[in-house]
Amino acid sequence: MHADPAGVLTGSHFLDGDHACCEGALAAGARFSSGYPITPSTEVVERFASRVPTVGGTFIQMEDELAASITLQGAVWGGAKAFTVTSGPGFSLMMEHIGLAIMTETPCVFVDVQRGGPSTGLPTLPAQGDMMQVRWGSHGDYEIIALCPNSPQECFDLTVTAFNYSEQYRVPVFVMMDEVVGHMTEKVVIPPAEQIEVTPRRYTTIPPGEFLAFEPKDDLVPDMPRTGEGYNVHVTGLTHDNRGYPDMTPAQQDKLVKRLCNKIRQNVDKITLYEADQIEGADVAVVSYGITSRVAQRAIDLARDKGIKVGKFRLITAWPFPEKQIAEIAAKVKAFVVPELNLGQMVREVERAAAGKAVVRHVPHAGGSVHKPEDILQAIMEVAR
Amino acid sequence: MTTIGITPTNPVEPFLRTDRMPHIWCPGCGIGTSVNSFARALTEANMDLKNVAIVSGIGCTGRVAGYMKLDSFHTTHGRAIPFATGLKLANPKLNVVVYSGDGDLFAIGGNHLIHAARRNVDIKVVCVNNLIYAMTGGQTAPTTPGDVVTSTNPYGTYDPSFNLPYLVEAAGAVYVARWTAFHVRQLARAMEEMFTKKGFSFIEVLSPCPTLYQRRNKMGDGLDTMKFYKEKSRIKNGAPTNEVALSKSGEIIVGKFVDRERADYRDLMHDQLEEVLGDQYVEAEACECSI
Repeated sequence: MHADPAGVLTGSHFLDGDHACCEGALAAGARFSSGYPITPSTEVVERFASRVPTVGGTFIQMEDELAASITLQGAVWGGAKAFTVTSGPGFSLMMEHIGLAIMTETPCVFVDVQRGGPSTGLPTLPAQGDMMQVRWGSHGDYEIIALCPNSPQECFDLTVTAFNYSEQYRVPVFVMMDEVVGHMTEKVVIPPAEQIEVTPRRYTTIPPGEFLAFEPKDDLVPDMPRTGEGYNVHVTGLTHDNRGYPDMTPAQQDKLVKRLCNKIRQNVDKITLYEADQIEGADVAVVSYGITSRVAQRAIDLARDKGIKVGKFRLITAWPFPEKQIAEIAAKVKAFVVPELNLGQMVREVERAAAGKAVVRHVPHAGGSVHKPEDILQAIMEVAR
Repeated sequence: MTTIGITPTNPVEPFLRTDRMPHIWCPGCGIGTSVNSFARALTEANMDLKNVAIVSGIGCTGRVAGYMKLDSFHTTHGRAIPFATGLKLANPKLNVVVYSGDGDLFAIGGNHLIHAARRNVDIKVVCVNNLIYAMTGGQTAPTTPGDVVTSTNPYGTYDPSFNLPYLVEAAGAVYVARWTAFHVRQLARAMEEMFTKKGFSFIEVLSPCPTLYQRRNKMGDGLDTMKFYKEKSRIKNGAPTNEVALSKSGEIIVGKFVDRERADYRDLMHDQLEEVLGDQYVEAEACECSI
């Protein structure tokens, strides 16, 4: 279905990534946000606090990120589309409720505008150091979806996508921005509402009394009941059966946790988003994401000027990781070059998917600025030899 | 399915998920007693059960949500109140009740509780206070009085404890009462009254934990504790909450301590936004998430 025009600021704008992200959330139908201030993400909810009273919705500033990350889930079960926004230290505090959202199949969106860590780290400076945390930071086994915009335009577009995926798969979806993407200002085109596809909540049509709240459909995702309509739904973070009742047996644990993972794994081809350029015939493929992909583009252009055959593969979904695509490229190229603003996170996935068929050369950076294109170029030249 | 041996006329039964019985609570525990009072209060208050949602945290009392035949949410440890806040704000027609224990609400969840009371979010909080962490085996809680033995204070407690009504009143609650598992009728009436209040309302229910608190402190079983509550309790409605602190064997002041009016969070939000934004303000309706 199409977006509700009330939330869509159609037009051509000059926005930073944080503000564009907020507009994406509004366009996607988000009418609730619970937040806690943290640099460099706060502008997202500041804009939401300003905009949402004119659209019909609620922003509440909570006492901490633990509260922010569960208040939105209460709102989701109350019927709203909801999200929260944070950065590293706040993201660490939210891990417990990411697990709750996974276990209770609560559709919601978390935006993480990444800054340098560990701990308080670099509050105002960029990093891409939360890429493994978003995948593995909560306890237990699970799958999530994480998207990596590299421009304010994509902060808008991919926030809409994040909400759509969260409703489709009933899973928390993460918009993994970074300080530079969040604070850089560029042209952002917001289309008319009728051109924005929005995934509605999958409410059941089965009446109360006959409905099993966690019985999966063919795509392994259960439909949702409405609260306050007599479904007497029970929602728990405990391992539960299809009624939602606690069932803490190894057999049910196996059944439930496998389904929670498989509903993403089995739909990976529908979820995966990437940008590939001149991979055919390339000797080297540069794999990057977020702001680093913008810097890598400069290095790729410089390398091509030198006659090196370089392809570009940009991760838009970091999770689920596009391992099939990377494996296919590994069979064609001599080497991958993987720059990222951390000391080695997504590169491990590239290595795993490449499975020894191509050299994988990491270009690390501890964060605080972006790479120098020359450092990426240097790595391209070395592996191309 | 036959119901041989079950009396279908038990007035509480329609409120329970009977397919989840037996429950996990120990003999002599007061949580089930409080649930009985809660079910009676729902009846007496003529609540539209479709619009009553119950939210629990973690612990013995945290299991209440799972036994009530209502929209029920069993959340994370200490975070029932912020979940309930989101549920209520997104769907204001719901009567949202938080039902949880003293450790859940006042230790790990203490910050959320005082802020929800400060905002005066329209949620009703029932705190079953058994003076201990029971689910995990009887550790010291922020409510455990001095000079009692717990599994983490084997030589006796020395941590000063919270006086819950005093704390909650100071934080801004509009309704504060305390009863014990002995006072089942008074408790049911207080719960019924709580449903008529708009704003952050709080009832403390003092409950035995015969398995871990009373036994370890040689205070007898559940029945002995009922006798203890009967003997030690003194009804003092309107008592200053700074004078109602609990101790190991002292007097138990019960009654309604606070009953006042204060604009709730949604009204405050609505009035401020309407005043400043005028015609531009679009009130958040009950979110019908059609999109």
